[in-house]
Amino acid sequence: MIENKKFSRSFNYAFIDESTKKEIRRKLLKAICIPGYQVPYSSPEMPIARGWGTGGLHITLAIIGKNAEGRPDVFKIIDQGSDASVNACNLRDFVRRTTDCETTFETHEATIIQTRHRITEEVLKAHQIMVFQVPQPEPLRSVERYERKTRQMHAEADYAKMWVSLYESYVRFGAIMRGASYPVRVNNRYVMAPSPIPRWDIPNLNNARCLYLFGAGREKRLYAVPPHTKVEPLEFEDVKFAIEDFSGRRCTLTSEKIAFLDELYQTDGSASHVVNDSDFLDKLQQQGRPPQWENPYLAQKQQSLTN
Amino acid sequence: MNTNDWLLRVERLTKIYGEPNDHSLRQTGPDFNTNQCPDTGAIVACADVSFTLHPGEVLGIVGESGSGKSTVVKQLYFDLEATGGTTYLRQYQGGEENMLTASSQQKRYLRNHLMGMVYQNPRDGLNFRFSSGGNIAEKLLMAGTFHVGRIRDRASDLLHATEVPTVRMDEQPATFSGGMQQRVQIAKAIANNPPLLFLDEVTTGLDVSVQAKVLDMIRQLQRELNIAMIVVSHDLSVIRMLTDRTLVMKNGHIVEQGLTDQILQDPQHPYTQLLVSSLL
Repeated sequence: MIENKKFSRSFNYAFIDESTKKEIRRKLLKAICIPGYQVPYSSPEMPIARGWGTGGLHITLAIIGKNAEGRPDVFKIIDQGSDASVNACNLRDFVRRTTDCETTFETHEATIIQTRHRITEEVLKAHQIMVFQVPQPEPLRSVERYERKTRQMHAEADYAKMWVSLYESYVRFGAIMRGASYPVRVNNRYVMAPSPIPRWDIPNLNNARCLYLFGAGREKRLYAVPPHTKVEPLEFEDVKFAIEDFSGRRCTLTSEKIAFLDELYQTDGSASHVVNDSDFLDKLQQQGRPPQWENPYLAQKQQSLTN
Repeated sequence: MNTNDWLLRVERLTKIYGEPNDHSLRQTGPDFNTNQCPDTGAIVACADVSFTLHPGEVLGIVGESGSGKSTVVKQLYFDLEATGGTTYLRQYQGGEENMLTASSQQKRYLRNHLMGMVYQNPRDGLNFRFSSGGNIAEKLLMAGTFHVGRIRDRASDLLHATEVPTVRMDEQPATFSGGMQQRVQIAKAIANNPPLLFLDEVTTGLDVSVQAKVLDMIRQLQRELNIAMIVVSHDLSVIRMLTDRTLVMKNGHIVEQGLTDQILQDPQHPYTQLLVSSLL
């Protein structure tokens, strides 16, 4: 048997071969240049099935290495706000083993944060990149089933059907019933699916200092929201977007009121609430409140609490 | 009538399916009693159709099935791409630009702001997954009204005008009768007060009493809003009831045109004579 002595590993750094990583980086550059536009990309085979976070993983592996100051990247991954869930643990382990990068639970230490369906409760800074695992990149899919049509609709900025579905939702239920993946308009142009993050996180996409990258592996699409880009939820002049209302509820562990809360059912059928973001929860319990995002919706909540 | 006062001008509008050769147009038409080119098999759906429509005028297009009358309005509404010809609308670029070569955004603007279309089958004009109010809202949203209250006010006004019970505004048109679906479609088509409305066999498939009601309503709307209309029908009684002027089409060509009364009382072309004499 011939032993391979030339290479210390049987796979390339960060698993994907260099030319494919280059291709993904070029597509990412295009995505950043056209905020909210979905760029098709190769979506190479990974050791996990497409649709289980491959889109996010492709982006992470294509950009990981050294950051702008020449220091190695520090990787954090969360799944529904938690560092400890199965999807997060396995992907973290995979990225660490294929890149030898440092991993962390600390939001402020990380340079790349891969996420499934949450934005961290702690505010992100200019040197940080958030990578979303996106199941359905096409915001218009619920109103138009054909890709050919939706691409044409995006090209012509024809979003009437999207608006009608919001109107219909309001007429039928008295509110726009979109808990997650609330459609947003990016840079006054493209309507974008913000991956199924809760409405709570939507305002944090607007004019952020960090870079947001979105990868949908199964659908083979990349898109991005560059720093300081206008991102606005679709809303009517008289029916406005609103974030989740947790008024009258608080975290049972920390008494925190201004954070996205998980609802936990007890054996007696009652519900209690816990802060969803695990790192934010740890910080609240151990060393005090880390700097949170600032947006008009949170400010309103804070104001109503102080009054 | 003042000839400078025009709304829509159509010149040599032609639609050919398949591959025509140089003789295709000369070898088809009413004189040959066929639409199909004997050399290449290309179908000439309509050929060299030219006419002018005046503001507030109601023009009828009558003809047998396959005569190309629906093809004409579908090309004017951009549902079908024309093979040749030019069309001008007074409100579009001062009437100096050919609408058929406009970009798809401009065509969408024209469809939403300056034209309305009522199809024979309500399923073509309405989205059955949306409520009837939502269908009207779609037109209003495309024209830039993003206020739910105002959309609902306008939708209920329109449904009231077309005699659809406004309490059923939030129900899907699938739960409506055929006549009601057709009236919702008309309400949607006139939502943005277009100066031009196309009606493609609107009453075909409705029973006679409902037909009369829908026609009555169209006539009333026409009087109140002074919309110019192109009414396509194979039914001469619809043409007689609604239109001022009529084109008679056969095998893709206009064979006769004139005032509706004149055409019905004194038809000149043998085909029109046959059509009028077979009127029950």
